[in-house]
Amino acid sequence: MSRLRFATVWLAGCSGCHMSFLDLDEWLLTFAELAEVVYSPIGSDVKTYPEGVDIALVEGGVANRDNLELILEVRARTRLLVSFGDCAITANIPGMRNMLGGAEPVLRRAYLELADGSATLPHAPGIVPELLERVWPVHEVVPVDVYLPGCPPDAARIRACLEPLLLGKTPVMEGADMIRFG
Amino acid sequence: MEKRTILIDPVTRIEGHAKISIHLDAGGAVESARFHVVEYRGFEKFCEGRPFTEMAAITARICGICPVSHLLAAAKTGDKILAVTIPPAAEKLRRLMNLAQICQSHALSFFHLSSPDLLLGWDSDPAQRNLFGLIAADPELARSGIRLRQFGQNLIEALGGRKIHAAWAVPGGVRTPLAPEVREHTLAQLPEMVTIAEAALTLFKRLLDERLGEELEVFGSFPSLFMGLVGPDGLWETYGGSLRIIDSAGAVVAEGWSEDDYASVLAEAVEPWSYLKFPYVRSLGPEAGSYRVGPLARLNVCERIGTPRADAELIELRQRGGRVVTASFLYHLARLIEILACLEGIEVLLNDPEIGERHVRARAGVNAHEAVGVSEAPRGTLFHHYRVDGDGLIEKVNLIIATGQNNGAMNRTVTQIARHYLDGEHLSEALLNRVEAGIRCYDPCLSCSTHAAGSMPLQVRLYGPGGELLQERLRD
Repeated sequence: MSRLRFATVWLAGCSGCHMSFLDLDEWLLTFAELAEVVYSPIGSDVKTYPEGVDIALVEGGVANRDNLELILEVRARTRLLVSFGDCAITANIPGMRNMLGGAEPVLRRAYLELADGSATLPHAPGIVPELLERVWPVHEVVPVDVYLPGCPPDAARIRACLEPLLLGKTPVMEGADMIRFG
Repeated sequence: MEKRTILIDPVTRIEGHAKISIHLDAGGAVESARFHVVEYRGFEKFCEGRPFTEMAAITARICGICPVSHLLAAAKTGDKILAVTIPPAAEKLRRLMNLAQICQSHALSFFHLSSPDLLLGWDSDPAQRNLFGLIAADPELARSGIRLRQFGQNLIEALGGRKIHAAWAVPGGVRTPLAPEVREHTLAQLPEMVTIAEAALTLFKRLLDERLGEELEVFGSFPSLFMGLVGPDGLWETYGGSLRIIDSAGAVVAEGWSEDDYASVLAEAVEPWSYLKFPYVRSLGPEAGSYRVGPLARLNVCERIGTPRADAELIELRQRGGRVVTASFLYHLARLIEILACLEGIEVLLNDPEIGERHVRARAGVNAHEAVGVSEAPRGTLFHHYRVDGDGLIEKVNLIIATGQNNGAMNRTVTQIARHYLDGEHLSEALLNRVEAGIRCYDPCLSCSTHAAGSMPLQVRLYGPGGELLQERLRD
């Protein structure tokens, strides 16, 4: 049987969900027999999101132009998109800036009010992506197939979600072990 | 030929979102290279109005790799707002968790992220040059790295109830004392972990001697200042003590200063091409005041580590690189030595009867309105600074993050590597991977560094003399 093509994607989040994925520890050796990691910020040097991905775990909210471009590509090229962790599902901590009325107040505080001497707002078109006015949960931008909550979801929950997906089945996301936030 | 710019986008196998731009002059020679951090989340602003007791839980979410660092810095800042001295067992437990974290984070950096370059080769197949390629090529080495990281993560979970974002250190101490079975279980695992760490040290030193000599010379080799915490008598320190800054000749620039003085000693500059700010020593200015932090800096500023195996390795490091090691490629070696130091330190702490005491939390109300806390994160010195009102609600927050303090050094490093390997005629994936690997030496955590600002991919772009983008290289 050929291995499934698997990706992980990191938008606006803390990487805690990716770290929790690495907490699968020695099961990663088994996982590597079932799936080929074709794109991942921590597990691959592939720079462009490839075509024909079977499963993608997407961590983080959609907070800037780069995030937005990437999630549209991911959706177009992925069969099963998993909203991975609370930031992807609710915008969570990155979304705390949504109640402040746009991107400008948070930029002003860090780069103008708290800088010494050279205070300036980051601006480098084509390199430094502009912040979106709001941080969006993934499903408000593109359709999502599976929701895997947690801040982060622990490794046992990730495995319980992945094992059926790798067999072509739908995971049962029910009960406090599987769908608790935080 | 016109001026050109190469963009590496994103930088991979680092913790965060970044790009690298490489600027070539009309003759095709590298003028400069820049490391761009491209995410920003805005913690300094949206924490305003929150109770200071929530800061540990919120700021832990700055970074899933080293949440313990923010937990400890937030708790230490909270201790000073309460104006309490925490119980001795609480301090020892916090130290224990920090050592567990440094161990797991360094294992991640070496085995999961950087060893594919070192073991599979800079120019090996990029589709395989990663943890999963390592699992295929050398499953036992991969397994040993996974187990070392797991050891640290399991100890964090045993203390705080979960591996990532454990809300356990609090203003005044910690929430739960040490469970007796944790001591026995952890001590029983230590010999295997020491064996793994020593095998990795042997392997890396052999690679240095056999075929990584050039990397030593060009992956960020330059004089700069170094900063870190030191304990009494200049001992290696990760939690308390005082701050020391030295220059590359070993002369002390500032010593014995407290985190309370950070704003008078340090300053931060902003460049429009990155979300990551550029800290420097205020009295020396942005250029001469540029400094490095993290494992290599901690080993440079300390006199000795204080445990036998790690001290023997420290002596060997200094024989190899000098009393003050200025080659950033040796951050990898410093990281492995610190893993050993953490394992030995964990053993010392667990054998200290005081750590088992049940009283682990001092309770008080708001007794001070402004405080600064410090800790050594895996990547370097971390400062939290809060101002609160009479009810303990946050009025102002400033965070000086470990990785950010290496920003100047990371930019010099990518420039040095690009000048050595690249020109307008030669631009291969393997050469660009070396530029990225210069960043991996610092094990940057960009989600941290831009204050929950985000993630950091790396791109290479080639710019012309007018600054126009000529070529963008995305490796796949």
